[in-house]
Amino acid sequence: MMDNSSWMTMYPEIVLLVMACVVTLADLFVKSTKRTATYVLTLVSLGGVALLHAVYADAGQTLYGFGRMVVSDPMGHWLKCFATIAVMVTLVYSRPYAADRDMLRGGEIFSLSLFALLGMSMMISGQNFIVIYLGLELLTLSSYALVALRRDHTQASEAAMKYFVLGAMASGFLLYGMSMMYGATGSLELSAVLKAIASGQVNHQVLVFGLVFIVAGLAFKIGAVPFHMWIPDVYQGAPTAATLMIGGAPKLAAFAILVRLLVEGLLPLAFDWQQMLALLAIGSLLIGNLAAIAQTNLKRMLAYSTISQMGFVLLGFVAGVINGETTLAANAYSSAMFYMVSYVLTTLAAFGVIMLLARQGFESEEITDLAGLNQRSPLYAGVMAICLFSMAGIPPMVGFYAKLSVLQSLVASGQGFYLGLAIFAVIMSLIGAFYYLRVVKVMYFDEPVTATTVSASLDVRLVLSSNGLLVLLLGIFPGALMALCADSIVSMLAV
Amino acid sequence: MGLLSLAIWMPIAFGVVLLAFGRDSQAGAVRWLALVGAIASFLVTLPLISGFQLGTSAMQFVEKAMWFERFNVHYHLGVDGISLWLVPLTAFINVVVVIAGWEVITRKVNQYMAAFLILSGLMIGVFSALDGILFYVFFEATLIPMYLIIGIWGGPNKIYAAFKFFLYTLLGSLLMLIALIYLYVTSGGSFDILTWHKLPLSGTVQTLLFFAFFAAFAVKVPMWPVHTWLPDVHVEAPTGGSAVLAAIMLKLGAYGFLRFSMPIAPDAAREWGMLIIVLSLVAVIYVGLVAMVQQDMKKLVAYSSVAHMGFVTLGFFIFNPLGVSGAIVQMIAHGFVSAAMFLCIGVLYDRVHSREIASYGGVVNTMPKFAAFALLFAMANAGLPGTAGFVGEWMVILGAVKANFWIGLLAASALIFGAAYTLWMFKRVYLGPVTNEDVKGLTDINAREFLMLALLAVAVLYMGIYPKPFTDVMDASVMDLLKHVAVSKLP
Repeated sequence: MMDNSSWMTMYPEIVLLVMACVVTLADLFVKSTKRTATYVLTLVSLGGVALLHAVYADAGQTLYGFGRMVVSDPMGHWLKCFATIAVMVTLVYSRPYAADRDMLRGGEIFSLSLFALLGMSMMISGQNFIVIYLGLELLTLSSYALVALRRDHTQASEAAMKYFVLGAMASGFLLYGMSMMYGATGSLELSAVLKAIASGQVNHQVLVFGLVFIVAGLAFKIGAVPFHMWIPDVYQGAPTAATLMIGGAPKLAAFAILVRLLVEGLLPLAFDWQQMLALLAIGSLLIGNLAAIAQTNLKRMLAYSTISQMGFVLLGFVAGVINGETTLAANAYSSAMFYMVSYVLTTLAAFGVIMLLARQGFESEEITDLAGLNQRSPLYAGVMAICLFSMAGIPPMVGFYAKLSVLQSLVASGQGFYLGLAIFAVIMSLIGAFYYLRVVKVMYFDEPVTATTVSASLDVRLVLSSNGLLVLLLGIFPGALMALCADSIVSMLAV
Repeated sequence: MGLLSLAIWMPIAFGVVLLAFGRDSQAGAVRWLALVGAIASFLVTLPLISGFQLGTSAMQFVEKAMWFERFNVHYHLGVDGISLWLVPLTAFINVVVVIAGWEVITRKVNQYMAAFLILSGLMIGVFSALDGILFYVFFEATLIPMYLIIGIWGGPNKIYAAFKFFLYTLLGSLLMLIALIYLYVTSGGSFDILTWHKLPLSGTVQTLLFFAFFAAFAVKVPMWPVHTWLPDVHVEAPTGGSAVLAAIMLKLGAYGFLRFSMPIAPDAAREWGMLIIVLSLVAVIYVGLVAMVQQDMKKLVAYSSVAHMGFVTLGFFIFNPLGVSGAIVQMIAHGFVSAAMFLCIGVLYDRVHSREIASYGGVVNTMPKFAAFALLFAMANAGLPGTAGFVGEWMVILGAVKANFWIGLLAASALIFGAAYTLWMFKRVYLGPVTNEDVKGLTDINAREFLMLALLAVAVLYMGIYPKPFTDVMDASVMDLLKHVAVSKLP
């Protein structure tokens, strides 16, 4: 069972685990208050891991390991590669912010991020309910600690508590749903579950009962309405570095478990979960966009905007199986993947700017804190504007193509209901455009309240500007990323 | 790189350079670089006219390359007789606008100039895109620079205007996006506009598509009753913004009718043609009357733009060659004339800082050279023979009379209103004795302003006296379009 090829499938994760331990230990000997050595070591390790994933993904092979507990496939490796890069970028943005807030007294932020990434990688690779669950727990436990890293800050502690209680409940939901599935099908392994359900021998009611819990748990994790309550509070309360650590890379892992559980495990139940996801999507688009209008706090507004963006991702999942035919599945799921990847890319840059503007004792969280940014720093105002236009879905930013792909998957289904959903979604994005534009307005049309110039260290400056540029460039040349998503999903479905 | 690509990307490249390296401390250099960029971008559009083959309706200067394979989207450019003149017009207006903003803009000069250069490239992209998504990307992307232009350099109520402009036009275009995707799916995976022209579609589908496109283009034109954003936006926008908005951006909508609505859904276009005609006539007559009572010069010209664009849509939907060609001529003429009208207001506004008609009176006494230009443009706006404004309106009215005498009669009445509001404004602002200190202290236009108005005056007169080069190129394309629209596409 555990032959050499099993280890092959997990090489990048093993490297990651080893480096996570090394970083944790090595940090004990670092004296500098800025933790430069730990920082460099972490980035180098992550760079190596990302490279390994890219090499694996490029090989395009699908291998199973440890008795089909984990899989190494292009979709997984690309997602892990992007997640690793997202964590790297997050750490680059976070270090000055954390240093100003007494969060770098120990190197926990680095080791916790590495372990969180390990959790994500396990979720993405999982082919077994338990592995997916364990990965999820590793991720969330690390994230709880990250949110609570600012010990003496009441808001952060409150956010951590909220996040923990609701997160634990969601994990409970998910686990309960998984146990129902296990009870009904007699297997924890996704492909066996799929086979059992497809055989038609399993009681449909039990399956749907379990499915409801699984979908609810997943909805909690990605923050879809009506399971979204924690998102605004946690996004706002957590130190921005931690906000980005939960709002960025883990979304890719959340996408992966949506695919693993619902598509690879429960595709025969697509008719049922598509309906559930459609409802979640409608709610998320509605509540997310409408509530975002009322926000004055930028992080809270971005939290509601995340909810609405997740509604769009879910829309990518609802039009995959039409009348039992899976011909459109690749089209639909790859649009959801493209959406998620471009969303994470955009979110990184947006929070990057927020962290950059925050100074010691000043959080730059209110929308009005951005007033006149164009006069203080045209570059960062430009980066932020590109991100906001991208989230609003205005071409030529990458966000437009994400919306285009999802809408296309809905219209391609040829069903009146899905066409209606598409029209609903565009009307909601019109509402969305309003609050994104309001931030652009504050940055460009209002006079600055402070004249302080914005300064950043070379690494932050470099990464942030290329991140913003990438949002624009991927909009002008979206072909490669689209093809990558399509190919990964096709090879995932082919197995 | 083809000529069209050059026409699109050259101004954008100059704009990006200005954004990246321009500083307010080197405003002079920024202005000169912008001017060089605008002129160079205009010059590269000239070979399009000289190299254009008459007598064919086929697309010319075609460039086609795969853009992204996933949705079979191509970077597909080309112009025919309908779009040809709009390209140099856009580049020409851009040159004028750069000159117009020369000393007036002192804050963030590089961003101002870059916004106009990029905007100009994007609009040329709209006129030459032959792929649905490429069209949409250019069409929507134009909102960003215009939003910033209004919001950063606009008047006191600029924020309201910028939002109204952006959201109003976005609402329309999002429905068009669904229509584009629907056509992509129905045509079996093609975003090629010319393929869509040949695609058979059922009656209901055509109607739905027609109205989805209508939502986008009617708002942009703008047609009555969705024109309300235009006066608000014009009043607040800086002079250059108003000029580009009226001269080019409105034409994006009108052009859309010719490229999408009519050829893709011809049966629906014929079925609903009367509706458009009625809306156009309301625009021509009612909005013309509204223009007459305006106190604010910019509002007056804005309403007059709505009325003039009413002629354009009227000409399209009477479905005869005279009407359609006349409408296209009117589009180009209105581009020159409305830009000139707004720039004239800008000249006065820069000196007196008021747009109220009542703040002026007797300007001719202190600014004789300027008043001469203003008179010419006012005459053109009123449709005086010998100016650009006459040709298009005359052709549309002739076409309308051919189609239906009463439509023609109603349309012709607009000439009276047009003359009334324009000339009455001219009288109150320019003629009579000097009424106040502000006007007494006015200095006549300087060389820069003279140059910018002279450029437009030459264009207005040339087009009025010798419109043949303009009408010649469109004949074949218009005939072909009408032949196409006459044939039912019902399966």
